[in-house]
Amino acid sequence: MDVTVIADSTADGLTPVTAQLVGAAASIGGNTTVLCPGGVGAAEAASISSVSKVVSVEGDCFGTYEGGAWATALDSQATGDLVLAAASPRGRDIASSLAALRKIPVIQDATGLEAGLVVSRPIYSGKAMETSNVDGPCVITLRANAFDAAPDGGTADISTVNQTADMSLAVKEAIAKASERLDVTEADIIISGGRGMGEPSNFSHLNEIADMIGAAVGASRAAVDTWEEIPHSMQVGQTGKTVTPSLYIAVGISGAIQHLAGMKTSKYIVAINKDPDAPIFGVADYGIVATWEDALPALKTELAKL
Amino acid sequence: MAIGVLLKQVPDTTAKIGVSGGRVDESAVSKWSMSPYDEYALESALKLKESSGGDVVAITCGPARAGKMLTDAAAVGADTLMHVQIDGQDSIDSTQIQSVLVAALEKAGCEVVFCGKQAADTNGGSTGPGVAMLMGASCVSHVSEVSADAGGYTALRASSGGAERVHVSAPCVFAFDKGLEELRRPNVRGIMMAKKKVIETVSPEDLGVSMGESRVTVISHSPPPEKPPGQKFEGADSVATVVSKLRDEANVI
Ligand SMILES: Cc1cc2nc3c(=O)[nH]c(=O)nc-3n(C[C@H](O)[C@H](O)[C@H](O)COP(=O)(O)OP(=O)(O)OC[C@H]3O[C@@H](n4cnc5c(N)ncnc54)[C@H](O)[C@@H]3O)c2cc1C
Ligand SMILES: Nc1ncnc2c1ncn2[C@@H]1O[C@H](COP(=O)(O)O)[C@@H](O)[C@H]1O
Repeated sequence: MDVTVIADSTADGLTPVTAQLVGAAASIGGNTTVLCPGGVGAAEAASISSVSKVVSVEGDCFGTYEGGAWATALDSQATGDLVLAAASPRGRDIASSLAALRKIPVIQDATGLEAGLVVSRPIYSGKAMETSNVDGPCVITLRANAFDAAPDGGTADISTVNQTADMSLAVKEAIAKASERLDVTEADIIISGGRGMGEPSNFSHLNEIADMIGAAVGASRAAVDTWEEIPHSMQVGQTGKTVTPSLYIAVGISGAIQHLAGMKTSKYIVAINKDPDAPIFGVADYGIVATWEDALPALKTELAKL
Repeated sequence: MAIGVLLKQVPDTTAKIGVSGGRVDESAVSKWSMSPYDEYALESALKLKESSGGDVVAITCGPARAGKMLTDAAAVGADTLMHVQIDGQDSIDSTQIQSVLVAALEKAGCEVVFCGKQAADTNGGSTGPGVAMLMGASCVSHVSEVSADAGGYTALRASSGGAERVHVSAPCVFAFDKGLEELRRPNVRGIMMAKKKVIETVSPEDLGVSMGESRVTVISHSPPPEKPPGQKFEGADSVATVVSKLRDEANVI
């Protein structure tokens, strides 16, 4: 089956999900073409094994993000019956627009994919799983870290296509992030604080630890809602961001069901909470019953030894 | 001007989801609510009406029980309520639901549409961009604020660098993230008025939509995979143990 992978990228190049999309395509025997919107990461994509072709799709529309326009520009190059994209905010957006343009179904956030097209994915914020069968062409987005990445070692040809689409959106003002910290959706390790941190200034301890291990700092909704200094962009959970890092460290977070909805599928979860009965311990691989005042200095010391 | 708001009724975020006979057991859901992001979409639509006029048309597609959610929307200020009644929502695919919603929006004459970025049951995020594409409208996703400006609208959306203010003109769809504003709560008068409000109930056929066959067939629902029970340690002294386990057992640092 011909599979088209829409590369997931930031201004800095491909995100790790792209190689996972290729890995998933290869696992069902796909003949894979990778499309690089705006030409970002084409050389990198060509070096992923089991990619047969890379198409760098360049056009004016890729200067500003607009899902509908990007999908329209990518449409003619997405020749596979199966189109895979990342279940990132942009990936989902482009996937839905492309599916609607072609009047074919889109399935979001798959965590399992089998030939014959059997797709499984979490629903109800991870409270259940759904397995379904798709008949005919479709667009599927895949959750980060749910599929094994295809290794390096490819030597695919890169072709460049000029293709743009009408834009209907204009950026009037860019508002920089309050800090230059890594975003939780991009991080492989996340350390999050909740209301148990007591004061927003205490998040500096989390920042310090994050800097030591290259982590992003997240927060519970109670922290975001209580303290102006903690922006909504840091919120993890049902009405915040869904994350699946390799390691999630929850500090002073009780583990309400809406918080769990956003982080429960992290590979490893560490909880630091003074209440031994806090529900967060129900999902933690490693639970530490202690106050953060005691535990975080110890954590800094231990991490410094690594 | 008609401002369309797409609202979906979903199990409350606190509700337990049980699976029986390979299907999520909807009859066991203790409480149904408006999907969380849709609440922000509705709030923002009401704000737009207050600042620039227009009628807020609340539209849902779902089974009979979803009517109550439209009444809740009326209690905070939605002017017109439209319920496209269908059963068995889990067996229709994204193209089907979008074509129904687009037909409802057209019937109500909406050129500006507010919806959630993602419903709490499907967790999809497909509907806003899909509906926009079918309407020939622009879609702005991950929006937290919308206001009218000369010739159209300004929306605040999340971006990789932080946030951006973008301009679009109608027809357009705004898929809402958590908004910046507090959600309004209904007052007694609003609740009383809402009870009297008529819900226009239609079928997809009434809207001239033939649903066709779903191309996605649900094989089964299942409970989420069980995680092996974790290890719990007492006191800050255990931090060293946990760090060495993270390094040697889990291999994540
Ligand atoms: C529709 C809806 C959507 C929601 N969406 C989200 C969401 O996206 N994300 C989210 O997080 N929440 C969400 N919530 C809110 C959620 O229900 C909880 O209220 C919230 O997660 C609680 O945050 P918390 O754990 O930080 O605070 P709390 O529940 O107040 O917990 C604080 C914890 O810190 C511990 N603690 C206190 N002091 C210390 C100390 N010194 N050292 C160590 N531990 C300490 C306490 O034992 C306690 O467990 C949502 C709620 C609703 C209704
Ligand atoms: N059946 C429906 N009725 C009304 N609005 C819907 C329906 N399904 C989805 N929506 C809207 O589209 C948004 C995204 O839904 P989804 O694509 O399922 O994640 C929701 O938050 C609603 O605003």
